[in-house]
Order: sequence, then C-alpha cells, then structure tokens
Amino acid sequence: MAAQIIFIIILAAAVYLFAKNAGRVRRNILLGKPEDRSDQLAKRFMVMLKVAFGQSKMGKRPLAAVMHFFIYVGFIIINLEVLEIMIDGVFGSHRIFAAPLGSLYGLLIGGFEILAILVLVACLVFLARRNVIRLKRFTGVEMTTWPRSDANYILITEIILMTAFLTMNAADHKLQLLHYGHYIETGKFPISRLLSPLLPEGPATLVITERVCWWLHIAGILSFLNYLPYSKHFHILLAFPNTYYSKLQPKGEFDNMPVVTNEVKAMLDPSFMPENIPASRFGAKDVTDLTWKNLMDAYTCTECGRCTSVCPANITGKLLSPRKIMMDTRDRITEVGNNIDKFGKDHTDNKSLLDDYISREELWACTTCNACTEACPVNIDPLNIITQMRRYITMEEAQAPASLNNAFSNIENNGAPWKYSSAERLQWLDE
Amino acid sequence: MENQNNSEIENPKSEILHVPTMSQMVAEGKQPEILFWVGCAGSFDRRAQKITRNICKILQHVGISFAVLGTEESCTGDPAKRAGNEFLFQMQAMTNIQVLDGYGVKKIVTGCPHCFNTIKNEYPGLGGNYEVIHHSQLIQQLIDEGKLKTEGGQSFKGKRITYHDACYLGRGNDIYEAPRRALELLDAELVEMKRCKTNGLCCGAGGAQMFKEPEPGTKDINIERVEEAAATNAQVIASACPFCMTMLTDGVKQIQKHIEVLDIAELTAKANGL
Repeated sequence: MAAQIIFIIILAAAVYLFAKNAGRVRRNILLGKPEDRSDQLAKRFMVMLKVAFGQSKMGKRPLAAVMHFFIYVGFIIINLEVLEIMIDGVFGSHRIFAAPLGSLYGLLIGGFEILAILVLVACLVFLARRNVIRLKRFTGVEMTTWPRSDANYILITEIILMTAFLTMNAADHKLQLLHYGHYIETGKFPISRLLSPLLPEGPATLVITERVCWWLHIAGILSFLNYLPYSKHFHILLAFPNTYYSKLQPKGEFDNMPVVTNEVKAMLDPSFMPENIPASRFGAKDVTDLTWKNLMDAYTCTECGRCTSVCPANITGKLLSPRKIMMDTRDRITEVGNNIDKFGKDHTDNKSLLDDYISREELWACTTCNACTEACPVNIDPLNIITQMRRYITMEEAQAPASLNNAFSNIENNGAPWKYSSAERLQWLDE
Repeated sequence: MENQNNSEIENPKSEILHVPTMSQMVAEGKQPEILFWVGCAGSFDRRAQKITRNICKILQHVGISFAVLGTEESCTGDPAKRAGNEFLFQMQAMTNIQVLDGYGVKKIVTGCPHCFNTIKNEYPGLGGNYEVIHHSQLIQQLIDEGKLKTEGGQSFKGKRITYHDACYLGRGNDIYEAPRRALELLDAELVEMKRCKTNGLCCGAGGAQMFKEPEPGTKDINIERVEEAAATNAQVIASACPFCMTMLTDGVKQIQKHIEVLDIAELTAKANGL
C-alpha cells in the first residue's frame, strides 16, 4: 500500500512538473509573431506522417537512420510496457496484462526485449560516434560543453533504462522458474534469460533486484520526461507538430512581407487604401520579431548538425552554421522567457539575437541554397530566420554590405544589379 | 524559321537572330506564344549573352513565336529580396507585373533559375500570375514532343558530362530531371558528382552573394565545387544558371583544369548545329 501511495505521488509530481515546464516552452514559442499555418490540413497531416512518423528524411545517412530507427521504435513500442508499469504501480498489481493477453503477452515481452537490446546497441554506437570516433558533424563552435553533455546524458539514460528493464525481466524470469510467490510464468524472455547466470540465486535477493529495477525503470522514465523541456531531446515530441506546420511552398519561395506590399502599393498608386496591418519593425532583430514557427523550429532542433555539414558556407570555413542559428534562437528565447518569469513582461535586458548571439558575418555568409532545410529531418528552416535578420539589417539599419548597397542602387536606377543602362539591354543581339 | 537552310547549318555564325520585342509585336498587332525573360546576367554578362542567343536559336529552330521585353525588362528583384531589401524587391516586382500585364503576357520562359523562381513563386502573391518555365524545362518539353532532336550538329557521343544542379531549380523548385533529360539526348556519358540533386552543392553565388565578396573563410565555394566536378573526370560541366556559369568558369580557371563549362541551352544548340 505504501508503495502504491509513493508511486502515485511520484507520478503526479512528474506529470505536474512536466506540464508546467512544457507549458513554459509553449508560452515562449507563442512570444513569436503570428503566422497562419492552419491551411491545407490533409497535406500537413501527410507531411507529418511521412517526415516525423515515417522518418523519411533520415534515410540520407543510412547507418544513423537504422540506429535512430531502433531507438525510435523502441521508444514508441516499449511505451506499451510503461503503460503496464503505470497500472501495476497504481493498483499494486504485478504484470497485469499477463493474464488477459495469455500467450500473446510472452511474445510482446519478447519483442520488447529484442527492441531493448537494439536500443542499447544503438545508444552505444551513438556514444562511440560522439566520444570515440568524434564525428565532425558533432563538433563545431556551437557544440560547447552543455550540448555535448546533453547528448551524452540522453544516451546514458537510455542505456540505464534499457539495462534496468532487461535486468528486471531477468530477475522476474528467474523467479518465475522458481514458481516463487506471484511470479507466474509469462513467457520465454529471449534476451533477459541470458542475464540469469549473472543474478543471485536466492529468491529474496531476486525479488529485491526485480523491485529495484522496476523502480529504477519507471523513476528513470519520469525523470527523463522532466528532462525533455530542458534538452535537445524535446524533439521526440515537437517533431510531430513541427513537421505538421512545415512550409508547404516550394523551398525557393520567400514570403512577401504584407506590410511592405501596403507601402509599395500606396507609393505606386495614391488612391490605394492600405490594408490594416499592425506596424512592427521590418525584419528581425530579436527573437520576439521572429514568428512562432521559427521559435518552434528552435525548440525542435536536436542539434544533429546535418544542416551545418551540408552548408556550403560552413564547409568552406565561413562562420555561418545553420545549427548555431537554431541553437542561438532557442537559447535567446529561453533567456527572454526566463526574464519575463523573473522581472515581468516589460523587462528589457538590452540584448538581442542579432549581435549578442548571431553575428552579421554569419548572416551574410548564407547563399540561400536551401541545403540546410533539405537536410533537416524535422523540416526546420534556418534560412527563414537568416532572411528575416537580413531584412532588419538592410531595411531598418541600412547596414547591408557596401557592395550590396551598390547593387541596390543599380537596381533602383537602371533596373539591373550591375551598372549597365537599360538602353543596352538588347546588346546581346549584336554580338 | 522552322526550316533551316543548309548554308546556315554549315556555318552557324551566319545565322541572324530575329528577336522581336513585345512592343514591336504589339505594334504589328501580334501576340507571341511565349515571352523570353532574358534576365540581367543574360542581357549584360558577356558569357551569359551567349546562352541567351542559344536559347533564342532553339526557340527559332522549333518555330515557337516569342518576344523579349528588351529595354522594358528590369531586374526581377531577386538579389534585393535575398539580401533583405523587401522594399526594392516589391517595387521591382510590381513595376514588372505592370509591364507584363500591359502586354497581356501569359507564358514566360526564363534563362535564369533566379528569375524563374521569383516570377513563378513570388509574383503571384503581388498580383502577377503567369505560366513560368525555365529554359531547361522548355527544352525537355520540346524533346518529349519530338520537336527537338540531336541532329546536324556536334556529336557528344562518349563525352563525359556532369551536371551541376542550380539551387533555385533543384532544391528550390524540385527540377532535377529536365536538365538531365536534355543531356541524355546528347548520347554522352552522364556522370554525377558526389553531391548532386537534392544534395547538390551551391556554386556560391546565390542569396545575392553574386554581388558581394564572400565572407572570410578557408576556401571559395566555387573551388570546392569545381574540384568535385574535376574528380568525376568530366570533360564538360553542364549548368543551367548564368550565376553558376560565372562561378564554375572562374573556378575551373583557378584550379587550371581543362573542363568546359556549358549551359544546357548551348549543348542543345551545338548538338543541333544551331
């Protein structure tokens, strides 16, 4: 009974804390500017199904794709086991699904065990890629101590969870063979039975082992849940809404700013009645100038670095790293959110995404080639943030690089980015 | 123009281009089938001017009635938009839309993926609605309709050709096959670079980089790209964008390789003796 009460208290606390912290992330995302992405429901749903659920963009890197798939399927399917653990925990039962499912139960547990060992192997491979082989993709200026530790914590936690799960089963299986207490036989335990020789023989120590691993497994899962909102691992949840709200237009299409359309139309046609659009700064200086989708992108980023590894600017040694753009955006909006919590809504810290986080040199290195957006497995769009920040620099500050300002004045004066007169536009005919 | 006479085929330089402007057409009470949007590079850049003439030759060869805007054409605003100057972009866009609508233009072929992307995707939101294709798509259509073959011209049989995907055709608008279709027809040996199609590496000129010096780094992007092209042992790099043309041609010169850089339109025209 005491165990049940403790379990319920831990569960309730974990769910409450998670809801609170996830709610804070949601509030931070909604600090962004409005943008309507409520159209084309069916198409959006299909994109989500394909890209997030079906992992369609992972396949470009086959080894990572297979390993990630193990962990992903493991996560989803082993959650059925977690459901049983929850019910057992609340009602004080033991393997409550065993009786109603009969022989199917044994098969399911067997399946979970195979997945668990695959997850374990995948996590070990991933740890090795980051810490032993040190793949270039997992390094870079933005991969400071915290992001690197974050990745390792996640992998180590998953290894602990899977080990606890398999050890729990091994002890349970051994007790089942001893026909001890309520440990009725429930299956073959294909993986965990291999661990049996490592476990003590006495039923009392076996029960303690089983219980400790049971608690470790569920407490681990609940702690992990609460770690998510502080971690890049939040992608396991946000990947779904983030792909649902993907940009559906061709990648080459950049949005037209309605506020500019208003002004340009009024300039060209004095009788034009401007539409009512709330005035705001042109482009983005800080995170709150970005849209909620940009901010959701930032919280969805799992720092895998596929974007940076294909960025032509980054490959050739320029400062730009699309992953850094996303991480800076997330760190800044989190800072803005924390300031609101501490000092109230109108607090300003005199910092901004531009210059304090992202330098102009990074922004001007982008070729808008869309390699980053193509590479992202969860359809994050760093290019959109870069464009909005360029707009701020160019239109609000008039601080574009001098050569670009030259091109602008050429376009304005003679309709071409170069200094050629439009009267010469047909000269190619006479060559 | 459909029936080329023999002397012109033997000596293509003697061919005279007949390229009317929209205003000339309208003055004669005619409406062309398609407007050829030449673009700034195609109009002023010496190398790109050749591509422009080749696109005209192909149009003439298959007998499509077309016209250009001539002095009435103006920058689409693409570089301004990518560089963050939305005002200038929309000014250009709306002025261009007025000109295009004034002539009742319905269909446009562009010689540049940047013009193509901008007019096709970004003009509709500002009131400019046209059927827009890039010249590689036009060539593909003509091949598929059987109007364009490879006869009477230079043979590319057995030549190693690699195609460099322009960002605003490829990833930008999912056009990967049209330019390759034009190359298949040449009966050449098509080789792909390691980074091709959706993984294609930019030439370094997009996003208004064409009009500025690159930011400091360890290497220029076009060098990275032409090295990759050279690794395929290709004799020709095919491109479909005047900016890529500039970057790749410069790159090839810098790494001192004897690789020709030719536009899809030039290859097609050469193969047909145009």
